[in-house]
Amino acid sequence: MKAETKKVLVDPLVDNNPITLQVLGICSALAVTSQMKTSIIMALALTVVVACSSAAISMVRNHIPSSIRIIVQMTIIASLVIVVDQILKAFVYDVSKQLSVFVGLIITNCIVMGRAEAYAMKNPPWDSFVDGIGNGLGYSLILLIVAFFRELLGAGKLFGIEILKLTKDGGWYEPNGLMLLPPSAFFIIGLIIWAFRSWKPAQVESPDYKISAIAHGEGGHH
Amino acid sequence: MAATRKFLDKVEPHFTEGGKLQKYYGLYEMVDTFLYTPSDVTQGATHVRDGNDLKRTMTYVVLATFLCVMMAWYNTGYQANLALESMGKASTDGWRDLIMNSLGYNSSNPMSCMVHGMLYFFPIYMVTLAVGGIWEVVFATVRKHEINEGFLVTSMLFTLIMPPDIPLWQVALGISFGVVIGKEVFGGTGKNFLNPALTGRAFLFFAYPASLSGDAVWVAVDGFTAATPLSLAVTGGVEAITAANITWMQSFFGFIPGSIGETSTLACMVGIAFLLYTRIASYRIIVGVFSGMVLTSLLLNVIGSETNPMFALPWYWHLTLGGFAFGMAYMATDPVSASMTNTGRWFYGGLIGVMVVLIRVVNPAFSEGMMLAILFSNMFAPIIDYFVIQANISRRIKRHV
Repeated sequence: MKAETKKVLVDPLVDNNPITLQVLGICSALAVTSQMKTSIIMALALTVVVACSSAAISMVRNHIPSSIRIIVQMTIIASLVIVVDQILKAFVYDVSKQLSVFVGLIITNCIVMGRAEAYAMKNPPWDSFVDGIGNGLGYSLILLIVAFFRELLGAGKLFGIEILKLTKDGGWYEPNGLMLLPPSAFFIIGLIIWAFRSWKPAQVESPDYKISAIAHGEGGHH
Repeated sequence: MAATRKFLDKVEPHFTEGGKLQKYYGLYEMVDTFLYTPSDVTQGATHVRDGNDLKRTMTYVVLATFLCVMMAWYNTGYQANLALESMGKASTDGWRDLIMNSLGYNSSNPMSCMVHGMLYFFPIYMVTLAVGGIWEVVFATVRKHEINEGFLVTSMLFTLIMPPDIPLWQVALGISFGVVIGKEVFGGTGKNFLNPALTGRAFLFFAYPASLSGDAVWVAVDGFTAATPLSLAVTGGVEAITAANITWMQSFFGFIPGSIGETSTLACMVGIAFLLYTRIASYRIIVGVFSGMVLTSLLLNVIGSETNPMFALPWYWHLTLGGFAFGMAYMATDPVSASMTNTGRWFYGGLIGVMVVLIRVVNPAFSEGMMLAILFSNMFAPIIDYFVIQANISRRIKRHV
């Protein structure tokens, strides 16, 4: 694999993650992550859309007049989303019911538009495709981490299989109701961002202002 | 005392720069300044010098809760003893029975009530102090800042707004969330835009609704259900409260089921007086909250509703029921999370007063609104300040051009 290809594939996982660093695609990350199953389907759907749309846009990038490029991009993305939506309805109808509008809203997902504008318009189709896959995986990674904690702590289950036995079924685990509400995804994404930035301090923004400190021990005791 | 001072001075070099225990300076500083006046004084171009530092401010707030704590002990035990009497029980199963056995469960014996209440108050308080304290020390050590007395306030307030029956592991989880997410992630005391104690309670309220709402948790006896007067009001207005033999005076003095320390409006008023006298609380916020509440409830009284009896609840009941008085005294006035400008404080207080009545009356999902109203207004405090400052700037520009 070429170094460039590898970079566009791996970079969006942690170093340039679309959710934790660019803070894009938050709405769907809050809405669909109460279960692992819906999150995986959503992650797959978005990865397919962003990869294929990037590749398609990249193929026609030299023929798009710059003044109407957003419209052309949207048309391509919207067509792909409709295809994905129809496939989901055909094969996993119950999950597509739960995802409801959020599959359709992939059209407006900032990650898809962002990759089209920032990468696919300037790079050849194969690289754009890999870049789409990479960003899709970065999104998927966060979605799955969030869904893992939300479903496990909120319902004691993973993929609908009981892991922690709930008190109402005679077990020991008292489910945390907050985890089933969308705001909990905010906290979890925040904690993930915190963890990523402690791991990779380069992601930390420089502070807006600095509080001047007084030196300890000045002025003497008593 | 001289000996402790000497000892602290002797060990100090180990904790200052270059010492072996430098990492733990925060701990040394905590003990030192808890016992003695801090030695650091402002030296730069500061214009205001005041003996009333952050440490003393925080200690005063804890002192201001004194009567609430007393009432917490008495009322928690009193309600539990009453419940036991009405159930015809002379003993309980838990470990508290070991101590209470000799005193008896008698609601007309103040000693029995006090001790019984303490046996519920202290486990919650101890867990709060221990778990929250560990987080404080961890963050102070890693972030290299000092351990702040603000935590003593947070832990006391957090304890007082817990229901007596709450499981202790939930207390630990709640205070962890309050301290870490409500305060430390934003940089510690002084930088938190939400009240940490309320953040912790809100977390528990949404995570474990069965432990913080409903009728089973407000009296510390297993299997005994008693609705708080506020939830009675939701179902049947003032008639439902009086039908349950609860008078307004009773709820004013605080002899009603509820969270541990927030039932007594009188105790909160003494707290307000103390906070105003020491100039820690802003009277603007308190008057704002109070008048916002009175005006909104009067307005809703006039509007009226066929189906919702809360519309008819008069303002003096809003004042004594639920956490209104407690929140107005200790939470709304939190100088860190409230508005900083004097004009802004009127708006901030008013917003709390309006919101609390709206949440209580119009929103059928939550019978108690004080916690959510204060957190809501905390979020708006910075933007209120922003507009006040911008208005001031544009007014002065006009004056001078």
